Amino acid sequence: MSTQTIKVDYLARVEGEGGLFVKIKDDWVTDVKLKIFEPPRFFEGFLRGRSFTEAPDITARICGICPIAYQMSSVHAMEQAIGVKVDGQLRALRRLIYCGEWIESHVLHVYMLHAPDFLGYPDAIAMAADYPEVVKNGLRLKKIGNHLVTVVGGREIHPINVRVGGFYRVPTKRELQVLVDDLKWGRDTSIEMVRFTAGLPFPEFERDYEYVALRHPDEYPYNEGRLVSNKGLDIDISAFDQTFVEEHVEHSTALQSMIRERNAYFVGPLARYNLNYDKLPPIVQQVAREVGVDGPVNNPFKSIIVRSLETLFAYDEALRIIEAYEPPEKPSVAIEPRAGTGYGCTEAPRGILYHRYTIDDEGIILDAHIAPPTAQNQRTIEHDLRYFVQEALDLPKDQLTWQCEQAIRNYDPCISCSVHSLRLEIERE
Amino acid sequence: MTDRKTKLAVWKFASCDGCQLSLLDCEDELLAVAGAVEIAFFPEATRAKVRGPYDISLVEGSITTEHDAERIKTIRKQSKFLVTIGACATAGGIQALRNYANVDDYISIVYATPAYIDTLSKSTPIADHVFVDYALRGCPVNKYQLVEVLNAYLHARKPNIASYSVCVECKRRGVSCVMVAHGTPCLGPVTQAGCGALCPAYNRGCYGCFGPMETPNTAALSAQWQEMGQTEPELVRAFRGFNAYAEAFRKESEAHEHADH
Repeated sequence: MSTQTIKVDYLARVEGEGGLFVKIKDDWVTDVKLKIFEPPRFFEGFLRGRSFTEAPDITARICGICPIAYQMSSVHAMEQAIGVKVDGQLRALRRLIYCGEWIESHVLHVYMLHAPDFLGYPDAIAMAADYPEVVKNGLRLKKIGNHLVTVVGGREIHPINVRVGGFYRVPTKRELQVLVDDLKWGRDTSIEMVRFTAGLPFPEFERDYEYVALRHPDEYPYNEGRLVSNKGLDIDISAFDQTFVEEHVEHSTALQSMIRERNAYFVGPLARYNLNYDKLPPIVQQVAREVGVDGPVNNPFKSIIVRSLETLFAYDEALRIIEAYEPPEKPSVAIEPRAGTGYGCTEAPRGILYHRYTIDDEGIILDAHIAPPTAQNQRTIEHDLRYFVQEALDLPKDQLTWQCEQAIRNYDPCISCSVHSLRLEIERE
Repeated sequence: MTDRKTKLAVWKFASCDGCQLSLLDCEDELLAVAGAVEIAFFPEATRAKVRGPYDISLVEGSITTEHDAERIKTIRKQSKFLVTIGACATAGGIQALRNYANVDDYISIVYATPAYIDTLSKSTPIADHVFVDYALRGCPVNKYQLVEVLNAYLHARKPNIASYSVCVECKRRGVSCVMVAHGTPCLGPVTQAGCGALCPAYNRGCYGCFGPMETPNTAALSAQWQEMGQTEPELVRAFRGFNAYAEAFRKESEAHEHADH
């Protein structure tokens, strides 16, 4: 009888604080815990009593990496609660700022957090010594995404220009036009990014997942759509709470999500891509075919390729929106509070982010509920590790530990978000 | 200074990661910074770890658990120069709104099994627990100010960071006053500069990301807001934002919470 534990006390290159614990008894993985010890911050508590107009700025502070996602889910929920619809160029501008966030977040993850695992470096700075051009291009790709968020939103982290009803100020045509050359460079370079990531060495690992993402009749999803899965789910976002359940487990300050009466599910780039491939423009499909990932991708390690393809999509989409842009007459539509409940679900870089608010006649928040993507993926990550470690038990412990970390980083986990978390421990018995 | 590189560490407490992300968002400066200092501990960016002591520690986030209250003391002992970055570390952050409520109520709103949750009743700034050498404001910090703090340390000088109000930045940027010209309530007159008068430049009032300026006259500003039709609860909410527990904003919010009208 032998017991072994693999422990990572404080996972690196993820956003937030978490760890991993794996217990192995007689060559069987008996327990896997993705530990999330990020201290709770109680957003859903202190949102009560605040004004409905404050939700986008307050919830942005849940995550410095994807503040736009929080702003978008909250404004959509509030607009539904008060019966307002934002359309036309204002809607397009929301898509545009989301493009910037996807670029910034995906490029950060691909180059600075995930690629070093595949190539055996502790970080992107060490990687830069051997791959100077790759890392420099990565930094520039990320910078352009940040710049796009800054032009539309005022600054890259916690933008100030998003409000319920639209924006405080809309950009002029010229302010967007000057971005075009950089965006074209970004579109070309993200094709290189796809080729680079497709050439990385991938562990053989596939599972039968239930993918959940938004699906929209006309476009690759950002802000709107129905929630669908590859196993028959097709619901309005307002049915989220009836469909998914959250469980509070002892080893996590994030609540773990499951599909009611089924099990864990998978959100994020892989889910979006597998469910919405037909909505991608020809340029993205063509590159996907070239690198051989045009069918469903079921290896989570290959999410790095899909993130690169989505980066290409976001660059292309940003160019399309700017091409068609005419400044709207007013930066926002009129908003008046009224009592009601509203739902918002948008595609954060890491997957669906759900908000629900109930407000009173004065617009004061009575109840708030937020389900971030990493909390929804937490159980799937644990299941992945259980299978992955079982197959890789013969590896030396250091290498196994690193590969477990890499498997977690497949999900680009944002622990700050999920607690509104990672450590690796493997215990062998 | 010897030829040994300055050892930099980045630490996280309760926060959104945005302020340390500012360092990675210095796309043009990142490789230069990495060349000038040894990044000895920065889990968001690297799995490599170098043991302390550290020359400079950047600390993000506020103290909200017993464990973190101990951890910051250990970090202080290992750090020659400790800089708090952002509103959480410097003033307790948005999560300091719990300081005005009963945290047990919050726990039961969010979590099904409150017994699993270990948390303090207050979210407090780092300086309430250990000595802080320099406090960099902002929600988030301004990345150029962050580079300025590192640069100043490397050259053994004081960081060149202003403590005057956002109003000065508005004038310098040529933005007309949103209070005077549009009647928009603005915290700019009592808020420290650093953002570049971002909100007024986008036609909205400042909401206080950088916390109170040096010697702010919050009472005068409140009176002005009330003349513009803002109610007491609106004033309380305005001062209870991302720097809710900074002394000047805390006192002003309390003055309006208890006022009889």
